[in-house]
Amino acid sequence: MGALDKVEIKKLTKRYGTERALGGVNLELAAGKMTALLGHNGAGKTTLLGIVSTLVRATDGTVTYVSSGAPVEGEHVRRQIGMLAHSSLCYAELSAVENLALTAGLYEVDGSPEAITAMLDRVGLEPKARDRAARTYSRGMLQRLALARALLTKPSLVLLDEPFTGLDRGGALALGEQLGILRDAGAIVVVVTHDLEAIAGRTDHVAILRRGQLVFEERGSYSYEQLKDVYHRFAN
Amino acid sequence: MSVLRHAARVAWKDLRIELRSKEIVYTMAFFGALIVVVYSFAFPVKPDLVRAAVPGMLWVAIAFAGTVGLGRAFDRERENDTMRALLLAPIPRLAVFLGKAAAISLLVLLVALVCAPLLALLLDVDLFAMPAELLLLLVLGAIGFANVGSVFAATLLKVRSRDVLLPVILYPILIPLFVAGTSATEAMIAVKPDLDKLWYWIGFLGIYDAVFLVLSMWVFEALVIE
Ligand SMILES: Nc1ncnc2c1ncn2[C@@H]1O[C@H](COP(=O)(O)OP(=O)(O)OP(=O)(O)O)[C@@H](O)[C@H]1O
Ligand SMILES: [Mg+2]
Repeated sequence: MGALDKVEIKKLTKRYGTERALGGVNLELAAGKMTALLGHNGAGKTTLLGIVSTLVRATDGTVTYVSSGAPVEGEHVRRQIGMLAHSSLCYAELSAVENLALTAGLYEVDGSPEAITAMLDRVGLEPKARDRAARTYSRGMLQRLALARALLTKPSLVLLDEPFTGLDRGGALALGEQLGILRDAGAIVVVVTHDLEAIAGRTDHVAILRRGQLVFEERGSYSYEQLKDVYHRFAN
Repeated sequence: MSVLRHAARVAWKDLRIELRSKEIVYTMAFFGALIVVVYSFAFPVKPDLVRAAVPGMLWVAIAFAGTVGLGRAFDRERENDTMRALLLAPIPRLAVFLGKAAAISLLVLLVALVCAPLLALLLDVDLFAMPAELLLLLVLGAIGFANVGSVFAATLLKVRSRDVLLPVILYPILIPLFVAGTSATEAMIAVKPDLDKLWYWIGFLGIYDAVFLVLSMWVFEALVIE
């Protein structure tokens, strides 16, 4: 089982009690493309990522994951997912190195000290902090560790929820670049963000949610001005 | 079996964090010891009375201290949403359950091994007349407790009043375990130990553990997905 080529989201609905977080969303995510998923607070972006990541159950509708032309599910799908969520998904009592070693073990990928060092270099976590408990990290350092955790397993479906929060300008630029590299390597990249500047010129696909509905979807590259324009026209 | 390998990985992760912080073990052991000390003041040390009351005391101490540890062990997975990371990993979700339950079993057993000698000492009762049987009993009790407890603690992870709800939901289901534990301990420390009764309840506990293990494995995945 290899990389995912496509994720098809059909009529996806999620209700929390009487509250409707998603109301019949259709979306197709393709390999080698970066999708920007935009929308106001509470629009349903995190909920959508949650369902695509298999951790939240849809009330209705389906998500189909396709690998080499055939649908796959369960562990095969999870193996391909790299997730950067609102929280770091890392253990506060363990160091960056230990957290990554644990992840490598669970995903059965190379968890050698060299591989871990290379990944931490890539996300720019300062070397002297790497053996300290993650509890002692600053917000931005934790975000870098979370990113390292998500990328270590060489995912082909990368789901990022507000990945730029807490990063300094340099960090945000570097992350934007990393995402471009992943996309160019053929991954499906989905970025939820309010930081339009950080993704300007990098996205291939823009989708805007409003109160659980997909109100705008278009393929193509968008400049910062264009992103701002469509966001203001459709998100409100 | 990859399930067991991954379960061991999850359990080892828990134990390693615990070895470093020792927070859960100290809290549980201190709480358990405190309960036993309170008993030693609250009840007159009369041989007959003590013999009748000690089995209950032991298992109540295990239940209370165990609940504290159980809650904390799962709170830890809430901290940075690491439970999601475990559920997201490409391992059978069963392995997550088994790993958590195994680590918690060990913690509960450890606390039982603190409470039992203390109880024997402070209330002057010979709990260790049959050490091997007592150990077996405590192991089975710890496994049963951790197993049922892990299912409910994981399910309640996102519920705000989980600290109150956990014992309320857990204890009724654990009643058979406590009855078996108490009865077996009673049979063990009687003036004339009743071996038939002892083994009957140990067997009962073994079956209880097996049934709930199968049941837990079956419902765990459905319960933890939002
Ligand atoms: N566990 C939950 N229980 C009840 N309602 C929820 C739950 N999670 C989300 N919701 C509701 O679903 C809607 C969508 O929430 P979601 O978190 O997906 O929004 P979002 O687009 O990610 O917002 P933000 O930009 O603030 O992160 C909101 O109205 C929210 O109140
Ligand atoms: Mg969100």
